[in-house]
Amino acid sequence: MRSQAAYRRSFVSDLLGSVAIGLMEFAEVYIVFANVDVLGGLDFAAAALVFALANVGFSLADLVVGHVDNLPVHLREGTLDAFLLRPLPVLAQLVTSDVSLRRLGRVGVALVILTVALPLNDIGWTAAKVALLVLTPLTATAVFVGLFVCAAAVQFWLVEGAEFTSAFTYGGAYASAYPASIFSLPMRLLFTFVVPAAFTAYLPVLVLLDQPGPAGTPQWLGWCTPLAAAAVWAVALLSWRAGLRHYTGTGS
Amino acid sequence: MRLFATLVVLGFRRWSTYRLATAAGAFTNTVFGLIKASITVGAIGAAGGELAGYDALTGATYAWLVQALVAPVNVFNWAELALRVRDGDIAIDLARPMDPQFAYLAGFLGRAIHQFIPRGAPPLLAGALVTGLALPSTPLPYLLGVVSIVLAIAVSFSVWWLVNLAAFWLIELRGVLTLNVVAMGILSGLVIPVHWFPDRLATVAALTPYPSMLQAPVDVVMARAEGTAALGVLAVQAAWLAGVLLLGRLVFARGARKLVVQGG
Repeated sequence: MRSQAAYRRSFVSDLLGSVAIGLMEFAEVYIVFANVDVLGGLDFAAAALVFALANVGFSLADLVVGHVDNLPVHLREGTLDAFLLRPLPVLAQLVTSDVSLRRLGRVGVALVILTVALPLNDIGWTAAKVALLVLTPLTATAVFVGLFVCAAAVQFWLVEGAEFTSAFTYGGAYASAYPASIFSLPMRLLFTFVVPAAFTAYLPVLVLLDQPGPAGTPQWLGWCTPLAAAAVWAVALLSWRAGLRHYTGTGS
Repeated sequence: MRLFATLVVLGFRRWSTYRLATAAGAFTNTVFGLIKASITVGAIGAAGGELAGYDALTGATYAWLVQALVAPVNVFNWAELALRVRDGDIAIDLARPMDPQFAYLAGFLGRAIHQFIPRGAPPLLAGALVTGLALPSTPLPYLLGVVSIVLAIAVSFSVWWLVNLAAFWLIELRGVLTLNVVAMGILSGLVIPVHWFPDRLATVAALTPYPSMLQAPVDVVMARAEGTAALGVLAVQAAWLAGVLLLGRLVFARGARKLVVQGG
């Protein structure tokens, strides 16, 4: 990790790039709300809250495990074999091989938006809601980490088709930053129960604001993010194991 | 010109090797298209059914067309030149009996032509099935559209070329490349039509070549800009192309003069 800060100018430009990505994503929300007052039943302050929570979760997950996206490179070049030889879990080695501190930039942007957006919302605070607010970024991170690992596990079969999974990891992150009520019912169900993106921000925000959910995704689901995270993790770890068993090396 | 055509064909053949990757990319473009169309349609609905000249159908069409063009225009990454500058292979390009910018432009166009159908058709098909598409019924917008798309691809190349040249002066380019993607992401109309921008941001966008990469060709194909207005759009694209290409040549010449190939 310290090695990343050694080349200071490169690190700063990387960090700025990461901040800029966070700002770009938020600019999209901002431009939409420059034209309309309410989107999917949420006003700008509430939508900013959804955006911020989703982004804290996603960017933390990206920071910790985003580089498992590189698995196809390891598979093609045969460098995964080196991991297999060591007496540690392969997944743990892959995760610790490159934690990208530059992605802190995006986490920072999301946290700033979160602190600005929170007081702008009219929330009837209770102890349970405070707990929910504190827990949500953590469970959201867990959900996205699970999604990244699922995606990586599938790479054992796809190798060249790595981009398939981006539709669900990055697509899920993109969908999670918007109120899920704008999606058609099948899409909303997909991004709630198959790829649990709505659990990472939109549903908890509904609970915080005491708003009813749209058809098919009632408000009480907002309390269930830990369950969603557990489910994704179960699928992720099982498929990772299956993937690793499927792997037979690239030959010498 | 024959040489240029040959290089375009070679660029095409190089990319046609990666079939599964292309299918995967098309799938991802389509899923993102679904999300984007939902956002534009949602925003248009919230604005009372019409927003800056887009209704629900044309708004969805906009999102799908952008998704179809993302791969050919190559919004997200092009660092080939920068890598060759860094590892010194650029010296080989300089020794070749042809102009490097011209050769790379040909390769870039060949790649775009290859991506055009396999990466463009699936999002449009999904769009036609899910939301329906509002496309003009006369041939003229499509003819002008093809010109506009080629110009858009070339403008994208010229900007990437310029950004890549920073490799002559910097070692680590990731930050610079990311900033270019970010600027392109906002200002080209990739996420939100440029016509929706608040005034100040619209002015900023107009002062950059980015709207010429996506907003312009989509406007021409959808016949939002018709007749002389369409020709005006093409003229703006051509002007940006000429300007940025020329600037790229000047910067390349300066960079090549100070080039010291690393290592033996």
